[in-house]
Amino acid sequence: MTTDWTVRAIMRAGLPILLTLTLVEIGSGLVLGSFEASLLRYPTLLVLVPVTIGTAGNLGSILAARLSTVFHLGLLSFEPDDELLVGNALATVALALTLFPVVGAGAWGLQAVVGGNRLSLGTIVLVAFTSGAVLSVLAVVVTLMTTYAAYRFGLDPDDVVVPVVTNVCDVLGVLVLVGVVTVLV
Amino acid sequence: MTVREVAVEAYREGLPALGASVVGGLLAGVVLGGMRGEFRAVPGLLVLVPALLATRGNVYGSLGARIATALHQGLIEPRVRTGDDRLQRAVAAAIANGLLASTFAAVVAFLVLTLIGSGPAPIATLVAIALLAGLLSGIALSLTVVLVVFAGYRRGYNPDTLVGPIVTTAGDVFGVAFLLLAVRVVLRLGGT
Repeated sequence: MTTDWTVRAIMRAGLPILLTLTLVEIGSGLVLGSFEASLLRYPTLLVLVPVTIGTAGNLGSILAARLSTVFHLGLLSFEPDDELLVGNALATVALALTLFPVVGAGAWGLQAVVGGNRLSLGTIVLVAFTSGAVLSVLAVVVTLMTTYAAYRFGLDPDDVVVPVVTNVCDVLGVLVLVGVVTVLV
Repeated sequence: MTVREVAVEAYREGLPALGASVVGGLLAGVVLGGMRGEFRAVPGLLVLVPALLATRGNVYGSLGARIATALHQGLIEPRVRTGDDRLQRAVAAAIANGLLASTFAAVVAFLVLTLIGSGPAPIATLVAIALLAGLLSGIALSLTVVLVVFAGYRRGYNPDTLVGPIVTTAGDVFGVAFLLLAVRVVLRLGGT
């Protein structure tokens, strides 16, 4: 980073991307808002919102950070048989498939303690698991596309890929959760 | 390395950070689940939630990355007590950006909801909630990021790998907890 350590310089370096990402997040908020009635009727679904958004964003950002590092080391080829690419992508899906059932069970358990559930444990775990499976595949696709774009345009993936991937995965988190709930609940 | 070895290593390295953020996200979710009354009292508040939570992650994640880089370069000392000017300016800039983005989110949400005719709460209410929540969570998150990154660095951890999990976990918890507090304060002061 070559930004000066003055308040004005630091603010100016961050604001354009910050306000752009805020607009994108308002878009996902509008989707969430259109779904408000269901969320208020079934509080367990509301419990799932931050954890689904956060985990989706983190899955993407962890993969992006790892790919950026191997990219900087000159080890990444964008070939479908690249071991580092395929191995990291598989790990992302495996992390989602093992963590999201825990997320569902945790949300149901905590809500049972504080206020009670109107949906069964099985439904919530199924919603979380399905959302996680879909999101992990989307996170891999988005991260690969963004990393590849950064590579093609000669941008430093650390500056661009992580914030873009995290926020796109945030938005996808809301869309996928709303979509899965619409189908399953 | 084979695909399998790469995948196993990536899985092992990713699990602790994701596990921590799952715990933080679930706690935030429980608070959010208990805010149904507030969401009914302030139409449009739910629309703000993803933007406000993401702002916390983006602003204080960037603050953490900046501090981590400065530690690596020896630009700042890992001690709070020395009252480093650079550190104070970085924190001030982060909080200012957080407040700007929160206000921007509230105004945009109000305008869009008004345009589509969904009848949001008054703009002053939404902006006041966003500002108060942004200020309180900004102070808490700045302190958390600085203290944990410094403590980790002094104990020999790489600050770069600490920042992500700390900010996502603390950002969710503080973000939602102070949002609840801000809504209650604003509703009380507004007499509703």
